[in-house]
Amino acid sequence: MVHLSGEEKGYINAIWSKVSIDQTGAEALGRLLIVYPWTSRFFDHFGDLSSAKSVMGNAKVQGHGAKVLTSFGDAVKNMDNLKGTFAKLSELHCDKLHVDPENFKLLGNILVICLAEHFGKEFTPEVQAAWQKLVAGVATALAHKYH
Amino acid sequence: MSLTKTDKALIAAIWAKVSTQADCIGTEALERLFISYPQTKTYFPHFDLHHGSAQLRGHGSKVIGAIGDAVKDIDNLESALSKLSELHAYILRVDPVNFKLLSHTILVTIAAHFPAEFTAEAHAAWDKFLSKVSAILTEKYR
Repeated sequence: MVHLSGEEKGYINAIWSKVSIDQTGAEALGRLLIVYPWTSRFFDHFGDLSSAKSVMGNAKVQGHGAKVLTSFGDAVKNMDNLKGTFAKLSELHCDKLHVDPENFKLLGNILVICLAEHFGKEFTPEVQAAWQKLVAGVATALAHKYH
Repeated sequence: MSLTKTDKALIAAIWAKVSTQADCIGTEALERLFISYPQTKTYFPHFDLHHGSAQLRGHGSKVIGAIGDAVKDIDNLESALSKLSELHAYILRVDPVNFKLLSHTILVTIAAHFPAEFTAEAHAAWDKFLSKVSAILTEKYR
């Protein structure tokens, strides 16, 4: 279970309040598919993912990225109960989507890199550390119902 | 996973930017490592790891310098990193999991400093490059 101090929650909220969910979600999912091309195994139905350009320009990638990051927003709103918040999604990712939980860690780290890119100096080591805890907590929560 | 011509060009281009602030980048990557992953501090009980410490700066400089040497000899990574590979295997014996952590904080630092240049393609190339470097540094472990 992840424990975030008041200070860490503050860091997370401060960044989150300035995030463009649609843009950052698309960026994060796009980078996941480009940096770790094998993750495209879950998205064969998305069409052309053959190049960085086609991935970033793909409307389905953009749409799905936005969806994923919107859901991540629930994590930010419920930092003290990630397992409960993501219980249903965990079942979905196991039973219907068949996603190896390793992918949650990959996407979490990609999200951290996207945030670093957007926020630069503001994304201090301390801010990063809080976000690393949160993405690790989300990854764990999403894997929690796997069987 | 091998580096293509395009990868190598992207790696060199990012290095050109990094090298303008090499020590600062190396130091920051280490700071991020120690703060996000406190367990990594166990390898440095003999260091003052506070922000601004001379030892931190010296070590950051060393690490980024080695990466720069690797970039300059990118077609010959195994031989370029041979001595460091032995050092890590026989003397330092840093657990292999930590190479991924440092690679990640290096990427975060580059992204924060050079957002415009750190495109998705450059990100992919550097992720591959650091994976290769890590693999070579742990190659002689057993």
